[in-house]
Amino acid sequence: MAFGPYFLLATLEGLVTAAVLALTALGLSLVFGVMRVVNVAHGEFYMLGAVLAWWLASLVSGHPAIGFLLALIVSPLLVAAVAFLAERLVLSRLKYEPEATIVATIGLLYIIQQLALTFYGPEARPVRAPFDMRIALPWFGYSAYKLSVIGMAVLLMLATWILLTRTKIGLLMRATQSDRETALAFGIPVGRVYAGVFALGAGLAAVAAVLIVPTQQAHYLMGLDPLLLSFIVVIIGGLGSLRGTLVAALLIGLSDGIISMFFSPTLAKMLATLLVALVLVFRPQGLFGTAMR
Amino acid sequence: MSKNRKPNIITSNGLTRRATLKGMAASAGLMAAPGFVRYAQAQTSEPIRIGFQCHRTGIGAAYGRWYERVTNVAARVINEAGGINGRSLEIIIEDDGTDAARGSEVLEKFANQHKVDLVYGTLFSHVVVGSAPMAGELKIPYYVVSEGYHVASGQMNRYCVQPGITDVKAQVRSMAPWIAENLGKRVTLIYPDYAFGHDHRDFFGPAIEAQGGEVIAQVPIPPTETSFTRYFPQIPSDTDVIYHVMVGPAVLTFVKEMGEFFGTGGPQLFGFIDSLEAVDLNSPGLEFLEGSHFWEGMARYVQPEMPDYEIAYREAVGLDESGASVNDPKDVSTAAHMFGCWETLYVIKRSMEACGYRGPQDRTSLIEATEAMTEMDAGPEHPQGRKVFNGKIHQVFGEQSISQVRDGKLEVVHRTSIEDGLYEPEADYTTMSF
Repeated sequence: MAFGPYFLLATLEGLVTAAVLALTALGLSLVFGVMRVVNVAHGEFYMLGAVLAWWLASLVSGHPAIGFLLALIVSPLLVAAVAFLAERLVLSRLKYEPEATIVATIGLLYIIQQLALTFYGPEARPVRAPFDMRIALPWFGYSAYKLSVIGMAVLLMLATWILLTRTKIGLLMRATQSDRETALAFGIPVGRVYAGVFALGAGLAAVAAVLIVPTQQAHYLMGLDPLLLSFIVVIIGGLGSLRGTLVAALLIGLSDGIISMFFSPTLAKMLATLLVALVLVFRPQGLFGTAMR
Repeated sequence: MSKNRKPNIITSNGLTRRATLKGMAASAGLMAAPGFVRYAQAQTSEPIRIGFQCHRTGIGAAYGRWYERVTNVAARVINEAGGINGRSLEIIIEDDGTDAARGSEVLEKFANQHKVDLVYGTLFSHVVVGSAPMAGELKIPYYVVSEGYHVASGQMNRYCVQPGITDVKAQVRSMAPWIAENLGKRVTLIYPDYAFGHDHRDFFGPAIEAQGGEVIAQVPIPPTETSFTRYFPQIPSDTDVIYHVMVGPAVLTFVKEMGEFFGTGGPQLFGFIDSLEAVDLNSPGLEFLEGSHFWEGMARYVQPEMPDYEIAYREAVGLDESGASVNDPKDVSTAAHMFGCWETLYVIKRSMEACGYRGPQDRTSLIEATEAMTEMDAGPEHPQGRKVFNGKIHQVFGEQSISQVRDGKLEVVHRTSIEDGLYEPEADYTTMSF
């Protein structure tokens, strides 16, 4: 295959990765930014989103788009509800102490994973894409659904951005993020804001999973990769910085697509990890992060 | 962190020396009490205990579930027919998480805590390779159902045997003539980048060259990969056949993306069903496989003119016409591999009967009895078909099936002979010491 089409394919692949990664990492970044909680269970919320998507899609018959739309709306809501409960029952009782919350979310990771294994099983199960179209280019074919994933992810990120910057809820979140004590003093229900943010973060991971599950499959161990990549993205972009998360996701996604196509996927992962190390050494707050107070 | 935390943990735990001593005394008393050693009066009434190293969780869980079912059914059938040497068979299951390090621990637990007679049933090659040294160290027979070449290669030890399933090297060699004759001679290999995939890479090349074909490209794929489109540009455009073997949950994506990439005009496909074990062939995305060919160890779908013993085996383990569980048509079996559990248990039975097995003191005679086996006739004990066992390399050789996907079902189109797969032994375990 000539260089041009080869590069085009690599870029398309990279963009799809970047879009989904940006959504997932956005959730992780939001939770850390507002709550200062490192959520190790983030990947499991992603997995739960995919597993629930399969379950919801299998409930309805008829055109696959109906099942997919149902999953796209309900699955993130259910996952957000689970996260909300987890936050109220576990994290809030630990007073958000950094060490304790890490251990608690590790526990949550295993609980969700093993419950998925128990009730969903070890198989990888597919969800039908809402439409099955192949875009035939002169050199290769590409899935139209994958392209639409990029568009949908962009729309969802825009919606999140509007929520954070243009609504009262977003204002409360930003106020809590910039100074917890002052927010409390101004009568902001910080506890509920935290629960909301945790639920929103999990919901973002779940929605990313619903988008990707028609091209991959729901599997109970699928949460690990997005967790690691999200951490990489969030560290490079700067914990808590949404703009940084976006830029880093594009960087990692595209480099993953292009480097792994022209060289090897292992090299792409090595470079991403190297980048993390360099960022941690030379700019610990991340490319776009502000230094911790 | 607070400085006074550590002392707190110790005192709050409340485990005093007195309580510990009491507990120890109580358990010692229990063990000394009459009746605890249930079978002390006559060793012959004690069941034969087989430790089943099972992939209940981890990437092998779907295989593990069916291995467990087949094993339990086979043990029940053996027990109903009078057991082994008049003693019943007891299967003790431990989950190894499809993990090599855990596998070795499980083996140790079987030997030291469960006190089993032998360990059996492992599938994934990395777990076998990780556990076999422990079996050799503890001098406990280790009957694997793994199909990897590692046993036959001579790299394991005298306690490690594979008498129930043909190894990858023989499988691959027996496929090459048919592929070269029917599908094409210019082959691109797509395989997972670890031991199992390397077996395919290393053995298929020479095998297809012997048939006048050649491997024109090799595409290794990291085992954790979830997206494959990026690898397809490496497939040369003059490829006749794509030989694919992918294990792992991502196989549906692999097939779907291959369909999107090639459309209708792509090369022929030949695959190993390993990728699609426990996967419904009618899953969305697998339409692209229609008309393509697969290796099958044993047919998943009921075939016309299936022998009675094969039908009986399918009924016993609870398979419907499509190779799914009779209780749940969505619960598709791992039919191409799990027969190995059934056959291995019967080999163990025959070996134990041949050496008059009494207990762990006869472990070496058990291995020797298995090594002495050669011909295994097709029948209720070997429902997959006739087999020949080579005691020198501890490996069995059987016939293989090539099936085509037609209307979303696998139809057997060719059955290889045992001779197609045979190769020169590269080791001799019988000369090794126990």
